[in-house]
Amino acid sequence: MTKLRDWLIAAGVLLLGRGSPPAPRESRPRIVAPGEPDRRAENIVLFLFVLATIAAAAFIAVYALDRLSHQTQWLGLAIGGAFALLALAGTVIAHRLVVTEELVEPYPEDSPDAQDEIVQIVEESGSRFTRKRLVTVVGAGALGTIGAALLAPAASLGPLLHTGELYRTTWRRGRRLVDEGGTPFSADAIEEGTFYTAYPEGADRELVGSPIVVVRLPPAEIRDRKDWAPRGIVAYSKICTHAGCAVALYRKPTFAAVQPRPALVCPCHYSTFDPAAGGAVLFGPAGRPLPQLPLEIDRAGNLRASGTFSGPVGPSWWGVRMGKARS
Amino acid sequence: MIRRIVRFLDQRTGTAPLLKKSLRYLFPDHWSFLLGEVALYCFVLLVLTGIYLTFFFDDSVAQMTYHGSYRPLDGSTVSHAYASVLHISFDVKAGLLIRQTHHWAANVFVAAIVLHVLRVFFTGAFRKPRDLTYLLGLGMLMLALLEGYAGYSLADDLLSGMGLAIGYSVAMSIPFVGANLANLIWDGPFPGSSSFWPRLFIAHVLVLPVLIGGLLAAHLVLVASRHHTQFKRSARESERHVVGIPAFPGQAPRSIGLMFWVFAVLFLLGGLVQINPVWLWGPYHVGDGTNGAQPDWYLGWLIGALRLVPGFDLTIGHYTLVPNPFWGGALFPGVVFGILILWPWLERKVTGDDAFHNLLERPRDNPWRTAIGVAILTWVFLIFVSGSADRVDVLFGIDYATQIWVYRVAIWVVPLIALFVTKRVCDELVAGERRR
Amino acid sequence: MRAVVTLATAVAVLLLLPAAAAAKDRRGAALYAANCASCHGLNGQGVPSATPGVNGVDGQGPPLRGVGARAADFYLRTGYMPLANAHDQPSRKHVVFTEPEIRALVRYVASLGTGPPVPTPHPGSVSAGLRLFTDHCAGCHQAVAQGGYVTGARVPPLTDATDRQIAEAVRVGPYLMPRFSTKAITPAQLNDIVAYVGYARHPDDRGGWAIGHLGPWPEGAVTWLLAAAALLGICTLLGRRLRT
Repeated sequence: MTKLRDWLIAAGVLLLGRGSPPAPRESRPRIVAPGEPDRRAENIVLFLFVLATIAAAAFIAVYALDRLSHQTQWLGLAIGGAFALLALAGTVIAHRLVVTEELVEPYPEDSPDAQDEIVQIVEESGSRFTRKRLVTVVGAGALGTIGAALLAPAASLGPLLHTGELYRTTWRRGRRLVDEGGTPFSADAIEEGTFYTAYPEGADRELVGSPIVVVRLPPAEIRDRKDWAPRGIVAYSKICTHAGCAVALYRKPTFAAVQPRPALVCPCHYSTFDPAAGGAVLFGPAGRPLPQLPLEIDRAGNLRASGTFSGPVGPSWWGVRMGKARS
Repeated sequence: MIRRIVRFLDQRTGTAPLLKKSLRYLFPDHWSFLLGEVALYCFVLLVLTGIYLTFFFDDSVAQMTYHGSYRPLDGSTVSHAYASVLHISFDVKAGLLIRQTHHWAANVFVAAIVLHVLRVFFTGAFRKPRDLTYLLGLGMLMLALLEGYAGYSLADDLLSGMGLAIGYSVAMSIPFVGANLANLIWDGPFPGSSSFWPRLFIAHVLVLPVLIGGLLAAHLVLVASRHHTQFKRSARESERHVVGIPAFPGQAPRSIGLMFWVFAVLFLLGGLVQINPVWLWGPYHVGDGTNGAQPDWYLGWLIGALRLVPGFDLTIGHYTLVPNPFWGGALFPGVVFGILILWPWLERKVTGDDAFHNLLERPRDNPWRTAIGVAILTWVFLIFVSGSADRVDVLFGIDYATQIWVYRVAIWVVPLIALFVTKRVCDELVAGERRR
Repeated sequence: MRAVVTLATAVAVLLLLPAAAAAKDRRGAALYAANCASCHGLNGQGVPSATPGVNGVDGQGPPLRGVGARAADFYLRTGYMPLANAHDQPSRKHVVFTEPEIRALVRYVASLGTGPPVPTPHPGSVSAGLRLFTDHCAGCHQAVAQGGYVTGARVPPLTDATDRQIAEAVRVGPYLMPRFSTKAITPAQLNDIVAYVGYARHPDDRGGWAIGHLGPWPEGAVTWLLAAAALLGICTLLGRRLRT
């Protein structure tokens, strides 16, 4: 019982006490400027510390219980609030509880003497060399070549020199067009006024050469490569030739007299391609038309590629016009 | 008690003199000198929250069928990386808070750096002997842009995946070497091999943070060694003498207070305002696209530039010299950073002023620098705003194609107007002061 | 006695029904003539080229023969129609017709040839709908149906649309939107898409204030207008201001 009372008294002294008097030391001139105490500010700071403690404890409690709706919001409020309260306390201390001295000090200068000595040391150290420039140049050559040698394995990161893969696509003559689920597209399933995404049967879909977009137009409206469009069904690479996004938009006019013609549009920078004119660019920053895939209808009535793309798929590079798309 | 600690330290490290000097190191007092610190504290929080996230993230882009806590994606084909981010957001306690705080910190980090660079530029703080410090800072800005881009791309969601495709296309568009460089980074054509994701991960969690940290350390050492610049407020400030508040006791509670304020703002945002809800965007697939895909704000200037350039590839016969994305995606930022990097040297050459400068100028005190700076800023800002022209069409009905044409003219005309107006305003303000 | 009264009532109703129906048809025809005929033609045959009409407004519009109740119900209940100018993009606006007027008009348009009825969506799978929506819709309408832009048109957000209107729009393909028949999107798949759009109206926003579900735009706005502004303010609180 008395032990408990002793502890309570000790706690009270700690919290409310004036702290220990400064230890007597030899009288030394003050370094830090003196300032008046501000008990009110001190009380505010204490209060803020207590609130911050409560907020931080609340964070721990909310985290451990993990039962509240809007859990993330409560967690954020608790820890954010704790920091804000501490920050406020720091601000009060900065303005009211420490002295804001304004002192003067010289800016550093550079040191010409030390600079001279360094130059002297270097020059004197090299005084035993008779052909300084030659040694320096040949030495630099050796070090530089070692540097190049150490950098050389970076070329293993990828096919630095073999850009031929960029012409390859998974489409070849006879490949069937299938949908997301792997079902082949029959020519009858393709209707006008809408669009379909197709993939090559049996191939990796996550390559830029794989996804194509298929639309059907009245055969009379097709202006280019009519023999690539059986019954007016045309297919284009779905990867924009500007910056590689999927050309996932299709617009079709409900009333052609006043509305724009059908077009494939890319959502990134709005490159717009004309499916009736070999994928020609109608609007936007694309520098090449959308590569077209020639189609044919097999005996079962399903759509197949009758060749490979009219050009390499995907964004342009220095060699994009120097080769054909290959299977 | 304090005496015991200090004696322990000095006996073992010999740093008492240095520590004593540091405690009384002077900080010139102006609110705009705190902006660099704001960026610093954002970086600290980025590293701490980032380390936490690495304990849960799976850097594999191999595909799997999702059956996790977010029901709408049940049965979808997603990458392990994407699934791990969903796991952090939905299952790890406080995971979403840490993730969102991390992303908000990245956005605010770059904003703070930009504000800090603006302050440094318009007050002339980059002049000798601080030109090296300034270059280190620009290096950090460039790395921060790359670091943020890599970070939000790691989640492999639809939005950031589209952004990676665009980054790939910009790399491809570099004349002569683009395809080779892109092949190297991605280990083959887009979307790259299974090595690409671990590369992106290591770049984001190790290589770039270490580089930024190293530049940061050098930057801070140089700032301290040359001492901070100051405005001339009274007779006491001069090129030879710095007036300021000592680190201890005056500046410490301000800086520590600022650190807690930054943490408070970031954690409050991280808990209260949703950012990058990747479960809503869905996973990235090469054949998928969504409308309204945008990069994080600090890359918005590039999407604007990419949209403004008219549609052409520059060719010589069959050789494609300059594919379209190069102008907006590579040359434009190259020019802007080039101007920023060369500015101290350019200014010295044009003005012939080769002296040391420890005193800052108010923007109005150097009208040409301020005017040219405002003009360049206006140029970049207009290009940045043009990247939102599609949203403006949706919200206000102003035709997109018309906006693009207006911007194509405005980005050259308006900065010139801004140049002359700013110069005039500066001159008038200074003249007004002299009259008084 | 009761049986006689019931019988008499039944006979009366049966005799009056055609009259009521005829009245409704006349009302539908009258509304059509007043509001639609100048662009869609007297019997829904369409007006192919701009024809000067009342009040200097040129009439021009597609035929309505065979579009059925489905299209009419969609265009009228969204306020897309009537359209002031044939060159405008139809957009959601205040519906000028009353409920009985809409029903009469729908009936009338449906009578202009055989066309599909008004659909009734049923509950579907949100997860299947998410995949379908991503494949067919998100490119224009955005991943969580917030709308967007396609060259030449604004794409509306779907948050104000009813389930029935979603189902109608998918089949009708209004304005520049593709139309998806039952071959392209089966009825079960349509239910899934409707279910997903329903979810997208109030998606999982456990991260906090969703700021419009538009991604980096509002996030950038918050970064500058909230965070940077607050931190700038805090800096002025902690540091001195320059007084000249």
